[in-house]
Amino acid sequence: MTSPDANLFQQQEANRRRTTWLVIGFVLFFAWLGFGGDYIWALEGRHPFPWLGIAMATLAILGVWYAYRTGPEKVLWSTGATELTDPKTDAERQLANVVDEMAIAAGVPRPRVWIIPDDDPNAFATGHDLGDSHIAVTRGLLATCNRDELQGVIGHELGHVKNLDIRLMTMLAALVGAVLLVRDGMGRTMRVGESRKSKNAGPLLAALVALWVLSWIFAPLIIQLLALAVQRGREYLADAMSAQFTRNPLALASALTKIEAADAPTAAIKRGAAHLCIADPLGRRFTNSEGWLADRFATHPPMSMRISRLKGMGYAALKQAGQPI
Amino acid sequence: MWVLLVLVVLAGLWIVSAYNGLISLKNQTANAFKQIDVQLKRRHDLIPNLVNAVKGAMDFEKSTLEAVIQARNQAVKVNAAGPEGVKQISQAENALSGALSRLLVTVERYPQLKATGNIGQLQEELTSTENRIAFARQLYNDTATQYNTKQQQFPTTLVAGLAHVERADLWEIEDQAERAVPQVDLSGR
Repeated sequence: MTSPDANLFQQQEANRRRTTWLVIGFVLFFAWLGFGGDYIWALEGRHPFPWLGIAMATLAILGVWYAYRTGPEKVLWSTGATELTDPKTDAERQLANVVDEMAIAAGVPRPRVWIIPDDDPNAFATGHDLGDSHIAVTRGLLATCNRDELQGVIGHELGHVKNLDIRLMTMLAALVGAVLLVRDGMGRTMRVGESRKSKNAGPLLAALVALWVLSWIFAPLIIQLLALAVQRGREYLADAMSAQFTRNPLALASALTKIEAADAPTAAIKRGAAHLCIADPLGRRFTNSEGWLADRFATHPPMSMRISRLKGMGYAALKQAGQPI
Repeated sequence: MWVLLVLVVLAGLWIVSAYNGLISLKNQTANAFKQIDVQLKRRHDLIPNLVNAVKGAMDFEKSTLEAVIQARNQAVKVNAAGPEGVKQISQAENALSGALSRLLVTVERYPQLKATGNIGQLQEELTSTENRIAFARQLYNDTATQYNTKQQQFPTTLVAGLAHVERADLWEIEDQAERAVPQVDLSGR
């Protein structure tokens, strides 16, 4: 069996570093949107003081701070999840117990548990660090999975927690939301600026203006691409960690098969939080294809690949134990 | 001259990081061991409540319930004696596991029992309790293995004496049947 524990520290370190770079990139991008605009207007002889740049940079820094502080809350809120504090039904009691058990297996503090009112089976994890983590599952998952399969899914989510994937992914989700919000809000201002473009501008100015306008238009796309660039390999790693915690990779394989079979999109989970989930909630077609394009534009690796890797681990373990496959 | 100085500084830095790594693993191992204790204690505390909850419904299987209570009391007594008697503790806990798994099998033999709300909960709690103990042991064994490997591997082994580390014993699971307890799925789903 693979031992992801050996490079756990590197993985955590890499995620801390990536979060920092994400924040720096985000602030720089906003500064460019602001100061770039100021520069263009300055070349045209308009207002000399970079109000827009200062405003945008401040906004970005405040946005990052706000995103960091409230990211997990906002993500949970956007899915309509409610916290499971006092389990009442058998399924809820089982979920609470399974989370306790897997937290022991993973050697992490117990995360808070949330339930999403949605009939499609799915799950995600969010939070800042090991001491402040959240796991949310849909009602559909509780109805679909048996105890062993639920263990596999929760183990997968705790893999994300232990790797500190949650910090990077939640930050990304919050920033995607922030960019969309700012773009929608600033869209009108931008169009006014465009229409006042002077006719006799030099080629440098024209290029600058074009680049600046394009940056505005593609801002959400760029940040989505960032989300994709960091995602695909993580799912395989979390699957492997789940197998290490439960010692039962076949149960997770069977859970993934069930989640895959219920191919209705998870309506409660919006686009911004899609990359957090165990299975792509949007049901996008290219998630299940291989190749260059899919590697860059799908948030999740193909389910068939994940299942076959898990089955490989499971059969290897059975063979070692000398049991019939 | 300078090269020598740089080498000495690098060697010093390496010793510090290797030493700290070993100490961190040592503490993790000790902590994982404590976790097993915590979970065993949780099991001991839980059993009387569970047995009381199902006593009425299971009047006809008194001996099975009594065996569980007896095994539990024995385990509590041995545990109170302190960590010296690791052998006795693991024996008592294994006996308790055996009694609990017999209880689960008994419950399965009477399908009408499962209709009673309490029994369904009893099953879930027992399964979870056994899982917790198994997972706590698993974590301890994994951490201890990592710790032992690190101590023996070159070049960390050079620092091992400095850090006063010694091999951690793995928790043996002698009884194969015990390994199977968490797999008992009575929910029929």
